[in-house]
Amino acid sequence: MNYVLLAEQFLNGIQLGLLLFLLSAGLTLVFGIMDLVNLAHGSLYMIGAFFAATFTALTGSFLIGVLLALPATLVVGIVVEIVVLRTLYARNHLDHVLATFGLILFFNELVRVVWGPAGMSIPLPAALDVSVSLLFGITYPIYRIVIILVSLAVAVGLYFLISRTRIGMLIRAGASNRTMAGALGVNIPRLFTLIFGLGAALAGLAGMMIAPVTQASIGMGEQILIFAFVVIVIGGIGSIRGALVGALLIGIIDTMGRSFLDVLLLVVISPAAAETAGPALSSMMIYILMALVLAIRPQGLFPPRGRQ
Amino acid sequence: MTQTSKSQRPQNLWARLRDSRTSVSLLLLAIAAATPLAAPALGQSFYVDVIARIMIWAIAATSLNLILGYGGMVSFGHAVYLGIGAYAMGIMATEGITNGFIQWPLALLLCGFFALIFGAISLRTKGVYFIMITLAFGQMLFFLGISVERYGSDDGLLIFTRSEFDLGFAELDLSNGTTLYYVIWASLIGCIYLSHRIVNSRFGMVLRGAMSNETRMQAIGVPTYRYRLAAFVIAGMMAGLAGLLSANFERFISPDMMNWPRSGELIVMIVLGGMGTLFGPVLGSVAFLMLSELLSTWTEKWHLIFGPFLILVVLFARGGLAGMLERLNPRSDP
Amino acid sequence: MTEPLLAIRALSKSFGGIAAADNIELDILPGEIHAVIGPNGAGKTTLINLLSGLLPADAGTVHFNGVNITKSSAPARCRRGLARSFQITSIFRDVSALDNVALAIQAAAGHSFRLWRPARTDPALRDPAFALLEQVGLANRANIRAGNLAHGEQRQLEIAMVLATGPKLLLLDEPMAGMGTEESERLITFLAGLKAKYTMLLIEHDMDAVFALADRITVLVYGRVIATGTPSEIRANTDVRRAYLGEDEAVA
Repeated sequence: MNYVLLAEQFLNGIQLGLLLFLLSAGLTLVFGIMDLVNLAHGSLYMIGAFFAATFTALTGSFLIGVLLALPATLVVGIVVEIVVLRTLYARNHLDHVLATFGLILFFNELVRVVWGPAGMSIPLPAALDVSVSLLFGITYPIYRIVIILVSLAVAVGLYFLISRTRIGMLIRAGASNRTMAGALGVNIPRLFTLIFGLGAALAGLAGMMIAPVTQASIGMGEQILIFAFVVIVIGGIGSIRGALVGALLIGIIDTMGRSFLDVLLLVVISPAAAETAGPALSSMMIYILMALVLAIRPQGLFPPRGRQ
Repeated sequence: MTQTSKSQRPQNLWARLRDSRTSVSLLLLAIAAATPLAAPALGQSFYVDVIARIMIWAIAATSLNLILGYGGMVSFGHAVYLGIGAYAMGIMATEGITNGFIQWPLALLLCGFFALIFGAISLRTKGVYFIMITLAFGQMLFFLGISVERYGSDDGLLIFTRSEFDLGFAELDLSNGTTLYYVIWASLIGCIYLSHRIVNSRFGMVLRGAMSNETRMQAIGVPTYRYRLAAFVIAGMMAGLAGLLSANFERFISPDMMNWPRSGELIVMIVLGGMGTLFGPVLGSVAFLMLSELLSTWTEKWHLIFGPFLILVVLFARGGLAGMLERLNPRSDP
Repeated sequence: MTEPLLAIRALSKSFGGIAAADNIELDILPGEIHAVIGPNGAGKTTLINLLSGLLPADAGTVHFNGVNITKSSAPARCRRGLARSFQITSIFRDVSALDNVALAIQAAAGHSFRLWRPARTDPALRDPAFALLEQVGLANRANIRAGNLAHGEQRQLEIAMVLATGPKLLLLDEPMAGMGTEESERLITFLAGLKAKYTMLLIEHDMDAVFALADRITVLVYGRVIATGTPSEIRANTDVRRAYLGEDEAVA
């Protein structure tokens, strides 16, 4: 295997990991703080992508499209929180699963009605639609670099928001001890709405950024949602740091596994067997990783303090 | 729970029939039994297939109810055991093993084996973690099914020969649609009866107690983990039976039957029908599949209605259909 | 001197740097009622949680009946004869009182891997369960859903369940909590009647109950044992008076 391909795939893995982080950050906060199982988080990812597609088509600019789609997704998130999720906090996990399963069905169908069944692609601006040469003869698409940089910026921003601001302090307090946060006189319902809106916007952003690469399509949210679940379970529910580590781990392992596992397997088994086992194993790898992590640490790698 | 003395008296048939949940469910099962006889005469043989499918799902839902309804284990990957059961048969059929006496026990053992491994790891976790990890295990095999080309990958796998149960002097001929239909019917009855026995046994008492108050259960000296795991394995095998039946009935299997929306639908059926009740899963699968059939003939965009409907069920319909039927009962206990 | 039934040595547990059990040394002798008292937050419930196996200890050992049970799980300890009640009543709320006790009887009998025969009609479970309900005075409430019983009745039910496990040592965490005077008095009489058969470790805020029942008393403050002795010794102990009075002044 050549190292250029290796480096390229590694970058792809980081890019997938960071995208997963955007999705998982909101999800892990919602799980950790509100103790809410939200299956519909992927729907916001999908809706973000479709909003961006529409706004890009209307304005002719991908950048403006994204800037308009972000607040739009935020609003959808807030509406969903107020109309549906708020009534669910007092319920058990099973009710969460069912109701948000209903939300997924609803949103998928709604998108089909509004945007049609075919999905939408977003044309990239010419300036982003090229590859650049990095060191050692590696060329890499500029747009993927943009995704990496934007996600990193958001991650850093999120870190400052949570570690340095008052809202962040409340979020941290809520993640480790909800009752105490309540006792501190925090307006819990508003905090929840805010966190959910934030999570929705982050998920939407991830969807918007990937849409030019894949396209906005119905059901795109579910596939990646399962990845995000694996991420937050590995990272420890409620932990942003865990989400980052887990997301990068999953992103890299999954991408590298799909590209190189069959080659690696050639070392130990016959080509025919490797050709069969390679794809099978690589698509199962992250789940095996998750099972291993949970078998050793049932609370994930970074369980937030105060939650045992 | 009505109890008149120290030990609950076995109720007589009439007393049981007065329970509207039981009578409605038995009526449904009787209709199912009569349909193949009546339907051709009415020129509606289409319904025979519909009911067969409902019954297969009802078996799967009954199996999930055992751990979810009576054990509080929100397994979000239960459809995977249908898949394992079906694929075990499909793979054997593809490789030329069509003898049902080999296929079925092997398939069920395989389901039990997977349930044992998955359960042993999953049950170490609780709450959200449990939901997520069962989901992930389900997806793991879903992707495995998608990526193995020899067995159809995502196109699915056709089964050319149904399981053969031939003892030489007697034969159960599943290639006969009516025979297969009654095998499904009898399997459903068998599974309901089996779970009836299990949930009312000592084992069932432990299972329910652990759901209701885990700490208390531990404090009276019961290591709950092993009982949960045993129930998990039983439920996995029962779902595997549904998978075997489905593979024989449809003669087609695809990874999609293991995909997580299927697991979600199983949960929906149970909650719709009434969690932790004997006939809830039957009522739920009838209601769910009829409703989706009905709504989808009415409008293509039926999920727009069904999604919010689910949310409303969660918010307002406590106890599901079984709960509603129970409220119709004449009140006799204090 | 008799061998202690329960021997606690250097038992410690802390939560985030705060010691809830600090080097506790305690012997419970066979047949005695041993009360543990102390101001709120003294670590009394932590102690019971450590003894019943609900919490793992940071350090120290617990021997029960001569066997080291420090690492045993909660169910394993119960099967050895260490049964507990909870400060907040812990019962199976959605089934009848009789079902509750029958389940505890079943747990003590083992063999819960019976999947076929109905448990609710099994006289081997129902008869002894009913006898226990009679003993705690709940015979006429046997078929009521446990969650619908009055608070005091639920506490009695929990004690019936504790007894159903066939214990040698009862760990009772504030059994009188939330009870009226009359109910408390009845329970005191009942517990006194159990004395011949069981050893008890009793945590209680109700000092009347403590002094009426206890053979010996241990005073716990900030996770530390500050005194152990007979009721009259404890009454006379200056440290105890200071701890209690000091606490009272601080609160007032």
